[in-house]
Amino acid sequence: MDNVDMARAFFGSSMAFHIIFATLGVGIPLMIVFGELMYQIKKDDHYKIMAKRWTRALGIILGVAIPSGTIVGVLLSLLWPGFMEIVGQVIAVPFQVEIWAFFLEAIFMSIYVFAADRLSNLMRIISVIFVAIGATASAVFITNVHSWMNTPRGFDLVNGEVVNVDPWAAVFNPSFAVTATHVVVSAYMTGAFIIASIAAFQLLKNKNNNEKEYHRKALFLSLMVGGLMSLTTAINGHETAQMLHEYQPEKLAAAEGLFETTAYAPLAIGGYVDKESEEVIGAVEIPWALSFLATNRFDGEVKGLNEFPKDTWPPLYIHILFNIMVGVGTFLIIISFVSLFYRFVLKKTYPRWLLWILTTTGLFAMIGIQSGWIFSCTGRQPWTIYYIQKTEDAATTSPGIGTLFVMFISLYVLLLLLTMIIMLFYFRRNPLSKELHGKGVNG
Amino acid sequence: MNEAYVAISLLWIFIFIYSIAGAIDFGAGFWAFVFEKNEQTRAGVLANKFLSPTWKITNVFLVLIVIAFVGFFPRATFMLGTLLLWPVCIILILLTVRSSFMVYAYSAKYFQRALKTSSAISGILIPSLFISVLPITLGGFIEEQNGTMQIQFMTLLQSVTLYTHIGFGLTSALYLSALFLADYAREARDNAAYIIYRKWAIILGPLTLGFAVLVTETMVEEASWIVDRFRDNGLWFGLSIAAFIFAYISLWIKKGDDIGHPRFAVVGCILQYGLASYAYGNAHMPYIIYPILTIEQGVTNPEMFRSLLLSYSIGIVILVPSFILFWKLFLKDQKYLNPNENPEE
Ligand code: HDD
Ligand code: HEM
Ligand code: HEM
Repeated sequence: MDNVDMARAFFGSSMAFHIIFATLGVGIPLMIVFGELMYQIKKDDHYKIMAKRWTRALGIILGVAIPSGTIVGVLLSLLWPGFMEIVGQVIAVPFQVEIWAFFLEAIFMSIYVFAADRLSNLMRIISVIFVAIGATASAVFITNVHSWMNTPRGFDLVNGEVVNVDPWAAVFNPSFAVTATHVVVSAYMTGAFIIASIAAFQLLKNKNNNEKEYHRKALFLSLMVGGLMSLTTAINGHETAQMLHEYQPEKLAAAEGLFETTAYAPLAIGGYVDKESEEVIGAVEIPWALSFLATNRFDGEVKGLNEFPKDTWPPLYIHILFNIMVGVGTFLIIISFVSLFYRFVLKKTYPRWLLWILTTTGLFAMIGIQSGWIFSCTGRQPWTIYYIQKTEDAATTSPGIGTLFVMFISLYVLLLLLTMIIMLFYFRRNPLSKELHGKGVNG
Repeated sequence: MNEAYVAISLLWIFIFIYSIAGAIDFGAGFWAFVFEKNEQTRAGVLANKFLSPTWKITNVFLVLIVIAFVGFFPRATFMLGTLLLWPVCIILILLTVRSSFMVYAYSAKYFQRALKTSSAISGILIPSLFISVLPITLGGFIEEQNGTMQIQFMTLLQSVTLYTHIGFGLTSALYLSALFLADYAREARDNAAYIIYRKWAIILGPLTLGFAVLVTETMVEEASWIVDRFRDNGLWFGLSIAAFIFAYISLWIKKGDDIGHPRFAVVGCILQYGLASYAYGNAHMPYIIYPILTIEQGVTNPEMFRSLLLSYSIGIVILVPSFILFWKLFLKDQKYLNPNENPEE
């Protein structure tokens, strides 16, 4: 691997590591807010305990989200100094404002956790709402930079010099709103499904009725949030695809393996895109659907890859990543609505097969997040800033990246393992039964 | 003042805040570990009381420095990012081990000792490593190889100046945190802990001063330019030493039955570091890296400069009330500091 590829692999895996914890850092605070609110509405201690236990898990998650975020934040300047040179001149504001969001989240997280017993109910709920706002805002601001990389605005590059800078035009770039919404709702949905998975798993193996009651409430709450958010994600994903159609047509074409520009374009599901024969092998095709997805009309014209020079095509395997993301989204919508159907319409408890499926939803949501991000970042190749800066011009020229890459990967593996072990031990030592019976809720 | 100087002054303020807050943070982690097993005092508990709610916020200051640097001096990013790849990556690894292991150790009793040891040791190494970036910026360790500017690690590792810088970083972190915790112990009315931290502050104070002198004495040939400039800033360094003496003497002031006035000592010590780092920064100007990079070369365009200042103003308006609330809850509230004396109703 040359330096540039090494830097890509290094940065991509660091982001993939950070995003696991970062997504939960955005999604779980929302669930805690709902837990606290439910407690105020229903005065049911179960919700109070829920909020408390989720907060403890969030504490551990943030213990990794914060340093790993510090890593990627600094790595950006170390591995992509050419990119950050332009970022600093054009889109430094969201990075800066993101810091205010971090402060907000960190301050109120400490207040919520360590001062809870000294706060009034109202202040406690306000602090956890600020935690959720801070986390969501930091996701929005970082996505602002990401969306600007896809649809750069607010400057001109003349002979390698940045001129005519308009920072606000850069911030309000055309893909910002739709992308930020997608990132935020998908994170909310992932937080909810992670909780749904755990609750479903506990319902399967737990025999104690009181505890089952608790898990049933947690599952219901998370399915409500998860169902709503997954529906929103899909609707908004549809708009995101239309954004690609307008601003990054070759990404959409590669996502769907479309080579020739056509009206009535079909949507290819599954299979892989073959560069030689210029077709998608092994896919199920839904006629006209791609045209509809991209333009809201069956006769809408969708640009194919052949409109673009071959050396600016994104890697064609992003078709698979796109399919995984959309597949996950579809699956999660169906499963949450089936479960809610059991509860609301049939008024029955969830059958065991459904609970088994529900235990997988958290993992699937996380896979959706990962594949969506890699799709978006890799689908931008060979550009780091679309049609402005090539990835090889952004990368560092320092030697020794390979060694560092190995060191960081080992660190990530270690932290993943430790986080799981620590969570397991923590919740084994502090079982639900103890909190349901004891007065331990305040302690 | 032109834009470059406004920008570097703001950056200096952030770096100064972080160097104090970071030194206290990493030092407190270390003290918490050292006194954990000590049955006679709650010194370790107290350090943890301070640390648990604050470490996240301290960490944000670090990120703030990096981001503010990229925003204000984007054209210096390329050179610094390329040059500092290795040292900064090592700091990042230590920082990650430190923070995540600390959180793990709070949460699980399982292999707690190993977690705490790794966390405390990696934490206390970080300030020294930060400080050792300074000699690199003074010139003498950078050369061009295959078209890229690179640090000459072999030369660096063999130079005495690196080790005096490391010593200075280490003792400073321990001194600052001991002083601060002495004051925190006084606030919590925990006399046993106060006595321990005061003792360590008394031992460490002169050591930091000794290392500070050694640092200037062991500057390499290539950095002699800054030693000359230190002389022009002699007044500030003199005031800094006066502040040190004031802080040190405050540890003996009698106040009723109590010996020492730790609040004065902390303020004096912050003044001491503030004056010295102002003088150091002043002597360093206008170079970011001597002699290849100046602040004028690196500074951003006026449009971005204005937008950043606007975003700072808004940020400050939003955050100051939150910081005040935080301060009241964790640094002033007796119910938090001293729950035994104020049992909850
Ligand atoms: C579990 C998470 C998840 C789910 C179920 C979906 N997405 Fe997604 N998607 C993301 C999580 C995500 C993401 C990780 O958040 C991305 C990566 C970059 C971004 O902006 O959001 C993303 C990006 C992304 C992009 C690329 C944006 C770009 O490159 O700028 C498109 C076109 C879609 N999504 C479309 C969809 C559609 C049509 C879905 C139908 C169900 C869908 N997504 C479900
Ligand atoms: C869209 C994907 C991302 C999401 C949802 C996200 C979210 C988060 C969250 C929730 C935290 C914890 C914040 C706290 O408690 O203070 C965090 C930390 C952090 N993230 Fe990310 N992040 C994302 C991508 C990035 C990227 C690309 C960068 C690098 C530029 C980055 C830089 C950071 C930094 C520096 C921190 C540590 C802040 C601190 O010290 O508190 N994040 N992120
Ligand atoms: C959080 C989830 C993210 C993941 C998993 C992710 C993944 C990746 C991957 C795999 C690459 C390598 C692309 C390739 O060469 O094929 C990459 C590149 C990159 N990403 Fe992302 N990314 C994420 C978010 C972001 C965000 C929010 C930003 C914007 C601040 C960003 C900025 C970059 C940059 C600058 C590069 C290097 C240049 C390039 O290859 O274009 N990433 N990322």
